[in-house]
Amino acid sequence: MKIHEYQAKELLRKAGAPVPRGQVVTDAQQARQAFLELGQSKAVLKTQIHAGGRGKGRFKGSNADFGGVKLVASPEEARQVAEVMFTYPLVTKQTGEQGQRVSKILVEEPSSLQREIYVGLVIDRAVGLPVLMVSAEGGMDIEEVAARNPAAILRTNIDPDRGLLPFQARRLGYDLALQPEQVEQFETILSALVRVFLDYDASLAEINPLVVTAEGKVLALDAKMNFDDNALFRHPEIEALRDLAEENPAEVRAAKAGLSYVSMNGNIGCLVNGAGLAMSTMDIIKLHGGEPANFLDVGGGANKEQVTEAFRILLGDERVKAVLVNIFGGIMKCDIIAGAILAAFQEVQPKVPFVVRLEGTNVEIGRKMLAESGLKIITATDLTDAAKKVVAAAAG
Amino acid sequence: MSILVDRNTRVVTQGMGKAGLFHSQQCREYGTQVVGGVSPGKGGTVKDGFPQFNTVAEAVRKTGANASMVFVPPPAAADAIMEAADAGIEIIVAITEGIPVLDMVRVKRFLQGKRCRLIGPNCPGIITPGQCKIGIMPGYIHKPGPIGVVSRSGTLTYEAVWQLSNLGLGQSTCIGLGGDPVNGTSFIDALRMFQDDPQTEGIVMIGEIGGNQEEQAAEFIRQYVTKPVAAFIAGRTAPPGKRMGHAGAIITGGTGSAEDKVKALRAAGIAVADSPADMGSTMLAALRTN
Repeated sequence: MKIHEYQAKELLRKAGAPVPRGQVVTDAQQARQAFLELGQSKAVLKTQIHAGGRGKGRFKGSNADFGGVKLVASPEEARQVAEVMFTYPLVTKQTGEQGQRVSKILVEEPSSLQREIYVGLVIDRAVGLPVLMVSAEGGMDIEEVAARNPAAILRTNIDPDRGLLPFQARRLGYDLALQPEQVEQFETILSALVRVFLDYDASLAEINPLVVTAEGKVLALDAKMNFDDNALFRHPEIEALRDLAEENPAEVRAAKAGLSYVSMNGNIGCLVNGAGLAMSTMDIIKLHGGEPANFLDVGGGANKEQVTEAFRILLGDERVKAVLVNIFGGIMKCDIIAGAILAAFQEVQPKVPFVVRLEGTNVEIGRKMLAESGLKIITATDLTDAAKKVVAAAAG
Repeated sequence: MSILVDRNTRVVTQGMGKAGLFHSQQCREYGTQVVGGVSPGKGGTVKDGFPQFNTVAEAVRKTGANASMVFVPPPAAADAIMEAADAGIEIIVAITEGIPVLDMVRVKRFLQGKRCRLIGPNCPGIITPGQCKIGIMPGYIHKPGPIGVVSRSGTLTYEAVWQLSNLGLGQSTCIGLGGDPVNGTSFIDALRMFQDDPQTEGIVMIGEIGGNQEEQAAEFIRQYVTKPVAAFIAGRTAPPGKRMGHAGAIITGGTGSAEDKVKALRAAGIAVADSPADMGSTMLAALRTN
């Protein structure tokens, strides 16, 4: 689960990290007011969306020459810029062409930057421990730095029960050539970041950039956090930060039904049991010249209710021209699954061609049920056959 | 021969709820020695022929169990795995899906230096066809034979096994590593055991997007594995930054793409199937050219 920058900063601030002063506004008039309340000659307006690349984004349909982050020099300019930000969708490299509506803006005091540093914390899968990474190239995408100059990233693993040890922070600080008094502040921010990560089961926590101001102060200027969905059950306070407006409605709906769904750009809907098989089903559609419209894993116990809801979600996507149902029935027998498919089919009454490939336990009974149902279902015998048939069906 | 589990393996089920009981019955039907269950507070009772124990240590003492199958729900699953390890269980198969990653981080620390192997979590389990099934896979699709199968997936593994069995290629042992980012057994662990197992003549390895285990495995195969390996990587069409069902199936920070994995495997001389329909035939071809 992702949260907004302002929420991440609030978590950091509570954990003892200094962050810039600011407030969140939801309309242009409030932006003007917030500028006045900051009481400085300038302020930064930062759109709050989950997608990255805000700064280099653009407001679709506007003539504005600024992106999702803008320095303003008067209350009136704050109001005007906020007006644009709230009116037009923001398109960044991560939002897709349709862009993302902005419903919150963080109005913040500007900082004079002397240095920008990257700080990030993720799970190091190879070692099975969190890893704290820092780089002198703050403000840059860490992926870019990793690809171009991996040696520029300094790392240290974190023991989840000990947390960040002071020497780890000191070593990173001095390796980044920070001044001794800055190293102390740096340690405070790093321990706050590590504490938030461990206390709330984050999967990613980034401060990018962490800045040293002209006055020598160390600040978390931007923050990004993702949380482990599997641990939300023990963090209701994090779950409460969820912003459903930022999430794909079909994905939210699927999650409620216990389905795992990811929207893609093609026109062939997929319904599969198991994540690996679901990915492979998309792959084989592509291999045979089609484009998958989605990833959908119904899990191990595909019952009538889940299959029906899955059908509704698939068919709710109007780009879908054909659907492939690919089920390997193991413990869950094919005749039971065929029954669920037929019931869902009758309930939803799809208008697009359906290709069904069943394999596994009681497959003969299952196939017979589909064939004798009188419903317009195209049956397939194996994966390749299924892929070819659905690609042909989608092409009309 | 086989790896890790055989007809002498004695299994205790941790978490005898609906799923735990059902799969214990299925495993018993397959021929696995399921010697009991652990249900704290219900020790001394019997559930469908399975004696229940309050603790894993008690189950080990009274039944000689040396393997466990974990169905305990996510909030308590990590504790259950550690309990099994502490009680001297040698093979812990964690089926549970949805364990918080940081819990698994702590489990891994706990297991260090202990003589036990964790398989999973979030996995279908392990099976030595005709001898021992610990997990939720459909037993009947497997046939005894010379192919070792190791995979991060569930149903995709069944698909591969199905293809192998239909081609007359039985399996020595099939291991599901699980779909989580932090887990017990890795590709390299499994590859090493299959390389050392005299019955295993070829290895099917099924990876997916996320992490760089497959790349590490490719390097390991290049250096140490003399048996033919056929591979498939799921998720070539998966977009970056999106979790594809499995907690671990996500391309992040520029690593974990299917292309990188396929490239690394091919560079190590491994036959990689382009289509999931060709996992079995790719193995067959690799065996013939070897």
